Amino acid sequence: MKTIIDQIIEKPHTGDIHTTSKDFKPDVDVRWCAGCGAISVLSPAQRLMPELGIPKEKIVFISGIGCSGRFPYYIDTYGFHGIHGRALPIASGLKIARPDLSVWVVTGDGDNMSIGGNHFIHACRRNVDMNVLMFNNEVYSLTKGQYSPTSHRGQITKSSPLGALDDPFNPVALALGASATFVARGHDKDRAQLQQLLLKAHQHKGFSFVEIYTNCRIFNDGAFDLYTNAESREDHTVWLEHEKPLVFGKNKDKGIIMDGFTPRIVDLTDGGHSINDVLIHNEKDSTLAFILANMTYSEILPRPMGILQNLDSRTSYDDRVVEQIQQEVETKGVGNLEQLLLGGSYWEI
Amino acid sequence: MNKLVEHLEEVTVRFAGDSGDGMQLVGTQFSDTSGFAGNEVNTFPDYPSEIRAPEGTLYGVSAFQVHFGSKNIHTTGDFVDVLVAMNAASLKVNIANVREQGIIIVNTEGFDDRSLKLAGYVRNPLTDDSLSKYQIFGIDMSKELKKAFIEVDVPSKLIQRTLNIFALGVTYWLFNRPMEPTVNWINKKFKGKEDVILANVHALQGGWNFAEKNPDFRKQYIIDKSDMLPGKYRSITGNQAVALGLVVAATKAHLPLFLGSYPITPATDILHAISGYKKYGVKHLQAEDEIAGITSAIGAAFGGSLAVTTTSGPGLSLKTEAIGLAIMTELPLIIVDVQRAGPSTGLPTKTEQSDLMQAMYGRHGEAPLPVLAAASSSDCFDMTLEAARIALKYMTPVMLLTDGYIGQASEPWRIPEIDKLPEIAPQFAQDASTFKPYLRNPETLARQWAIPGMQGMEHRIGGLEKEDGSGVVSTDPLNHQKMVELRQKKVDNIANDIPELEVVGELEGDLLLLSWGSTYGAAKIAVEKMQAQGHKISHAHLRYLNPFPKNLGEVLHRFDRIVIPELNLGQLKNLIQAKYLKPVIGIHKVQGKPFKSVELEEKLTVLLSLENLKNWEANKSRQDIPVDL
Ligand SMILES: Cc1ncc(C[n+]2csc(CCOP(=O)(O)OP(=O)(O)O)c2C)c(N)n1
Ligand code: SF4
Ligand SMILES: [Mg+2]
Repeated sequence: MKTIIDQIIEKPHTGDIHTTSKDFKPDVDVRWCAGCGAISVLSPAQRLMPELGIPKEKIVFISGIGCSGRFPYYIDTYGFHGIHGRALPIASGLKIARPDLSVWVVTGDGDNMSIGGNHFIHACRRNVDMNVLMFNNEVYSLTKGQYSPTSHRGQITKSSPLGALDDPFNPVALALGASATFVARGHDKDRAQLQQLLLKAHQHKGFSFVEIYTNCRIFNDGAFDLYTNAESREDHTVWLEHEKPLVFGKNKDKGIIMDGFTPRIVDLTDGGHSINDVLIHNEKDSTLAFILANMTYSEILPRPMGILQNLDSRTSYDDRVVEQIQQEVETKGVGNLEQLLLGGSYWEI
Repeated sequence: MNKLVEHLEEVTVRFAGDSGDGMQLVGTQFSDTSGFAGNEVNTFPDYPSEIRAPEGTLYGVSAFQVHFGSKNIHTTGDFVDVLVAMNAASLKVNIANVREQGIIIVNTEGFDDRSLKLAGYVRNPLTDDSLSKYQIFGIDMSKELKKAFIEVDVPSKLIQRTLNIFALGVTYWLFNRPMEPTVNWINKKFKGKEDVILANVHALQGGWNFAEKNPDFRKQYIIDKSDMLPGKYRSITGNQAVALGLVVAATKAHLPLFLGSYPITPATDILHAISGYKKYGVKHLQAEDEIAGITSAIGAAFGGSLAVTTTSGPGLSLKTEAIGLAIMTELPLIIVDVQRAGPSTGLPTKTEQSDLMQAMYGRHGEAPLPVLAAASSSDCFDMTLEAARIALKYMTPVMLLTDGYIGQASEPWRIPEIDKLPEIAPQFAQDASTFKPYLRNPETLARQWAIPGMQGMEHRIGGLEKEDGSGVVSTDPLNHQKMVELRQKKVDNIANDIPELEVVGELEGDLLLLSWGSTYGAAKIAVEKMQAQGHKISHAHLRYLNPFPKNLGEVLHRFDRIVIPELNLGQLKNLIQAKYLKPVIGIHKVQGKPFKSVELEEKLTVLLSLENLKNWEANKSRQDIPVDL
């Protein structure tokens, strides 16, 4: 069953493994608009790569179509710029065929939630080991500004001049509902935090989904300011950390408690509640993950950021494929091609 | 009792009954046994699209046809010589195709009032004289079966389940078939269940004995062995042959095999087969839809697999955008389309050749790709190997067309020796220092294949137009023209690497019958019969549709009249007329069924009639496009 591919897979890297982010910057101009949020995701990704200790010929970035789809051209690994909505099945096929690779997907809110929505929910449940970075700018940018499946109701865009009539997906809730094992949310204004999220996504075995609030300067500027700008984000987001209390606010003076199954904000300074009352995050608890995800569009509660869920209980699909082959070979022996051609019954003339 | 014996060259037997009557099983046994006995065989299963249609209804009838003989068996048989009908509905549905004086073996218990009513018979056809032009053998099979078991201790529940095997035994007597292959099969299939084995073997023998002793069965028919090439044979359907071809092609190319597919009739058998090949190292993904099927295969191809996607018409429509991506990224990929009758859901279980235009042109942009078509069930194996060879040598997606007919029909296949099949060499990049993703082999114009894991060859490709050589994204107008032309030229060049078109019969003259795909068998037989009658007519068959064999134009111009039979309204005809400016007479059938060779004979006879010839001569100078038949 050895193939030529095995020689390529097994061949050791010659020389040192790349150690600086420069090694991952190809010699091309980045053509995103100045100030585009996507640029702020590129640099943490380029900085993370050398830290993974994986030779760059073993890393693949795959994208769909949209402004986000340009990403693979800007990172010097193997890359594949697919068609609209199909980055996930392309990546799934690659990873199933080549479990030795580190596979990354870059997609957009339109690419992944709209035309690729079906692939997304199936990729979540299938749990192929790959990392999906969804650049959510709540708009279709490449096509110059139409509302997307994450645009909010009433959003004015070129195709909704009187306001969008549909309600948005909540991407992290959708991912959880579709059984994704790793679900996180970050944003483009804190590169260090983002780099940390990407690392965690990489370390998680299985399907990792990271929604990234990415500002589109041109078609939806400022959409996430409340949650990402240094002045307001402390009061309007809560950063989830495993086994840490859900405390937020500029002065760390507010906390989230559970009132039955309903999260509520409490003041930690008025003597009514102490830090001991505050909900402790557990990224292994998928019931909690749902509750936290559902805080997203609340008008009162802070927006949850960070890792909502990070389960390690399930094997990845690509591993299961290999296991199934191994088991079959162990019980029945390596397939004999001559025997296969002869089939159930044959005769001789 | 003295029985008469008659020798026949070929016979068509059709087993028909209710969906639950086990007709597919006995048909397959009859066919395998006939192959074992040294005959040429061609079979076709014909079952309802309802999964469990109500018992006794017309739409619940399931049939299996076996055409066998001592030579030239290339179709499933034009007319039925022997019909086995297990109930009234199956008689009603199948009688129209039984030839006069043909034998009909009926299970009389399937003709009670209720069954007659369900089948829409006002009177019992067995007693009202309406079947007088056939030889009717009415058997109360349950009763006879019970008699056969008088001295054997088997639970009566088991006995009743072997009714179909009893019927098979009767036909085995009729054609003096050996029992041994079916007995062996029973022993293997029911290993460990001794009473089931006993019941089945006894029922088979019971059927034989019944016919042997029954005075109504006066004659046995003997079909001589055919002189087939020596070797090992098995019966194979086109879908099985594609599945085996894929595994063998991957082995010959030393590549892992990856199938991305979504179930669809009549292509699903390939997915079924491949998913059972785990111990051969094969990987497959049953994707969420056809788009994911093909795009996962494209991902696997990027990673260095021999990648495949299999489907039928509606699925092919969904794959079109992704096929363009494979053309643009110049990755090897095999797309198998087991065509069925369309448009839309159409006749999902029935055959047609109506996806040819879609295969050729069904994409946006200038998007050429090689198109191959298998001629028969066993040819599906060879053409799958060809598809893999071309895909890997030229770095291109390749479309392989088969159809519901050859996909499901079976015929004996001479099993090849794997060592003797040619190796397939993928075009991997060798030298990182000179590597560029779109540098081409000057001869084949194939780009080099560098897959993740190859150090120093990291590169990005995708659906955007690229600069020739470097593969860098480019919107340069002249570069686009160059790349469009290069992609076309690469495919056109394959004409130098495929066999020339062969003409059977005179090499020039009045009439050439040009067939493609699964019409091969019917066309071949029709032409041979006409030739034997002294008509001047030649035959050529196309297995390569894009590019066409390079001598096709020259062959066409050597004949006055070209006739193309196809299971569509003239798709190949239009391609040929456009390309070679040669008028073509089309013969079209879109009934969900393959051509019968007699249908073609009839049309050809009209064409060869004097009147038609005169008419043709008179109008020839006008170069009018002739009227289709
Ligand atoms: C099949 C197909 N339909 C439509 C388009 C046009 N199209 C390109 S990108 C896009 C939307 C992209 O939105 P998103 O994924 O949010 O990406 P962004 O540009 O915002 O990063 C659309 C509709 C296309 N390229 N292909
Ligand atoms: S249009 Fe928006 S998303 Fe696209 S590059 Fe410009 S700023 Fe970025
Ligand atoms: Mg967007």
